[in-house]
Amino acid sequence: MALLEVKNLHVEVEGKKILNGLNLTVEKGQVAAIMGPNGSGKSTLAYVLAGKDSYVVTEGEVKLDGENILKMAPDERAAKGLFLAFQYPVEVPGVATMTFLRTALNAQRKARGQSELSTPEFIKRVRETAGHLGIDQEMLRRAVNVGFSGGEKKRNEILQMAVLAPRLSVLDETDSGLDIDALKIVADGVNRLRSPDRSMIVITHYQRLLNYIVPDVVHVMAKGRVVKTGGKELALELEAKGYAQFQEEEAA
Amino acid sequence: MAELRAIKTPAEQALTAAYETARGKLPGAAALRAGAFKQFERQGLPNRRVEEWKYTDLRALMREAYPLAAPPDAAAKARAKDAGRLLAGVDCRRLVFVDGVFVPELSDLVEESGLTIGSLAAQLSASDPQLAADLGKTIETDDVAIALNSALMGDGAVIHVAAGTALKRPIQLVFASSGGSASSAFVRSLVEIENNAKVTLIETHEGGADQINAVLELKAGDDASVDYIKTTQTQGLHIGSLLAEIGANAVFNSFAFNAEARIVRNQMFVHFAGEGTKAGIRGVTLARGKDHVDTTLFIDHAVGHCESREQFRSVLDDESRGVFQGKIVVRAHAQKTDAKMMTRALLLSEDAEADNKPELEIFADDVVCGHGATTSAPSEELKFYLRSRGIPEPEAEALLVQAFVGEAIEEIGHEGIRQALMIAALKWLGARS
Repeated sequence: MALLEVKNLHVEVEGKKILNGLNLTVEKGQVAAIMGPNGSGKSTLAYVLAGKDSYVVTEGEVKLDGENILKMAPDERAAKGLFLAFQYPVEVPGVATMTFLRTALNAQRKARGQSELSTPEFIKRVRETAGHLGIDQEMLRRAVNVGFSGGEKKRNEILQMAVLAPRLSVLDETDSGLDIDALKIVADGVNRLRSPDRSMIVITHYQRLLNYIVPDVVHVMAKGRVVKTGGKELALELEAKGYAQFQEEEAA
Repeated sequence: MAELRAIKTPAEQALTAAYETARGKLPGAAALRAGAFKQFERQGLPNRRVEEWKYTDLRALMREAYPLAAPPDAAAKARAKDAGRLLAGVDCRRLVFVDGVFVPELSDLVEESGLTIGSLAAQLSASDPQLAADLGKTIETDDVAIALNSALMGDGAVIHVAAGTALKRPIQLVFASSGGSASSAFVRSLVEIENNAKVTLIETHEGGADQINAVLELKAGDDASVDYIKTTQTQGLHIGSLLAEIGANAVFNSFAFNAEARIVRNQMFVHFAGEGTKAGIRGVTLARGKDHVDTTLFIDHAVGHCESREQFRSVLDDESRGVFQGKIVVRAHAQKTDAKMMTRALLLSEDAEADNKPELEIFADDVVCGHGATTSAPSEELKFYLRSRGIPEPEAEALLVQAFVGEAIEEIGHEGIRQALMIAALKWLGARS
C-alpha cells in the first residue's frame, strides 16, 4: 500500500514554477531515491512535503497514508509522521538539543493523543541513538547545531529522525558536505531505521550515498517532474552517463 | 536678558515648587542641594534636543511631577511588607525602603563582620563628615536627572564593606511603593566596597504609579569582586543612575532586568580607575504595551589593560519601545583596552520600536574595541525548523524568545538569582497570548 501519493503537483516559489505536474508514489517500507540535476526541483519537493510557507501549491495533491496533507501546518504534518532531514540544518541558539528533542517529541505525542514519554525513557532513547551516531553527551547539552561542524549537523538530523521515529523521512542531500567516514555513520543510522512500516525518500545528487543506503527504487527528476523510475541499477547508469539525456528529452 | 530660556513645563514648575517647599526639611547637604538645583533650573528637564536624552524626552514623558511622598505610615509599610518577591527565593539580606524611606523594622540588620549599614537620611541629618566628603564625588557628571536627585534626595542606603570581607549573602536593596497616592521619591545610596572584598548587591525597584529617581554611587576597590543586579518594575516612571568607580584588578559584573516596566531610564556611568579590571555589563528588557525602556551607558576606560563586555538584549512586543545608547570612551593612555559591545532586539510586533545608538570614542591606538547591534523579528527559518519537528507555532516562537532571553540570563554568576530571573522572564512570556 502506498504511504505517500503525490499527484500532478505544481509548485511555484516567488512566482517561478518549480514543480510541473510531479507524480510520485512511495510504498510502505520502501526506500526511494530521488536523483536529478541541480535545479530539477528535488529540494523544492522536500520543502513542499514539509510545508514551508513560501512554497505555493497551485495544483495537485499530496496524500500521506490516504490523508491530504497540503492544508496542514508543518507541525501537524510532523505529528502525522513526516520528517525532513534538512540539507542545511539551522542553528538554534539558546535551545539545548535535549530540550529541543523533548519539546518536539512531546508536542507530537500530544497531537496524536499519546501521553508524554517519561524522562528516563526519553533519556534512554536519546542516549542509545546518540551512541550509535557517535554523538557525545556534551553535544546533547549544547544548543542545537550551534558550533557544530557540517558532519555533526547532519548526524544531529539523523538523531532527531531516530528519536521522533517518523513514518516517512525525507532526506534532502544528507550526503552533501560529508567525508566518507561521516557518510558511513549517517548511512548506518538511516539503515537502522529501515523497517516494513517506515518509508524513506533519499534525495541525492550523487550515486555515492546509495552504496550505503541501498534504495528499493530510484526516481529521476528533471524540470520539476519524475521522468524515469527504475531499480537501484538506474543510479549506476546515471553515474556513468550523467543527467544530460533527461534534460535533452525534456527539451525535445 | 542674556539667556534665552524655554518656558517652564508644568512638571518643571512643580519640581521647583517641591524644592522650595521641601528645602528646609530635607536632611543636610544644603550646599550640594542648592548647587544641584541651580543646575536643574539652568538646564530644565532633559528633552530630545539633549543628545543623551534624545529618545527619552522627559518633557514629553513627564506631563506632571508628583509631589514628594509623605513618610510611610503603618498601613503603607504593611502594604509593602512582601516587596522584593521577584527574588523571594534568594537568600538575601534585605534592606527595605518604602516610598523612598528606610524602614528598619522590615530590614535585616543582623550584624556581620566587615559590614556597616546606615541610612542616608540619618547620616545627612547628623552631618556625617565622611558622607559629606563622598556624596556626589564618585563620578562627576552634568546629567540633570542626577542633579535633581542631589537636590531632592531623601533617603537611601549607606553601605561600607571593609577590605578583605566576603559577604555571606547578597545584599538586596528593596525600593517598594506603598501604592498610595501618586507621589515621587528621590533615593540616593552609597556603597563602598574596599580592596579585595566580595559583594553581591541587588537593587530592586517595585514601583506603583509613582515617579522614582534613584541614584546609586558604587565604589569598588582594587581586587574587589562585585556582582550588581538591578531589577526594575514600575507602572509609573523610573529614572535610575548608577555611578560606579572600579579599582584595579577587580571584577565587576552587572545585570539589569526590566520587565513590567512602564517608563524606565536606566543610565550607567562606569569608570575604570585601575588597570587589569574585567567588567561585564549586561541586561535584559522585556517590554509590552506602551512600555518605554531606555538603557544608556557611559563606559569610561580611563586606564589601560581593562576588559569590558557590554551585552544587552530586549524583547519588544505591542507598541513598546526599547532604547539603547552605549558610549564607550577609551582615553589616550588607556592602551590594551579590550571592549566589546553587543545589543540585540527581538521585535514581536510590527509596532514595536528599537532605537540603537552605539558610540565608541577611542583615543588610544593599541586597543581591541568593537560593537554590534541587531534588530529583528523571530527568524521564520528557525520557526520553520522547529515546526517541522512537530512544535506548534506559538510554542516555537515562545521557545525562540525564551532562548534569546535565556542566553543573556545565563551569564549571571549567582545561581539563585539566575533562576529567579529566568522564572520572571518565563512568567512575562507566559502572559503573552
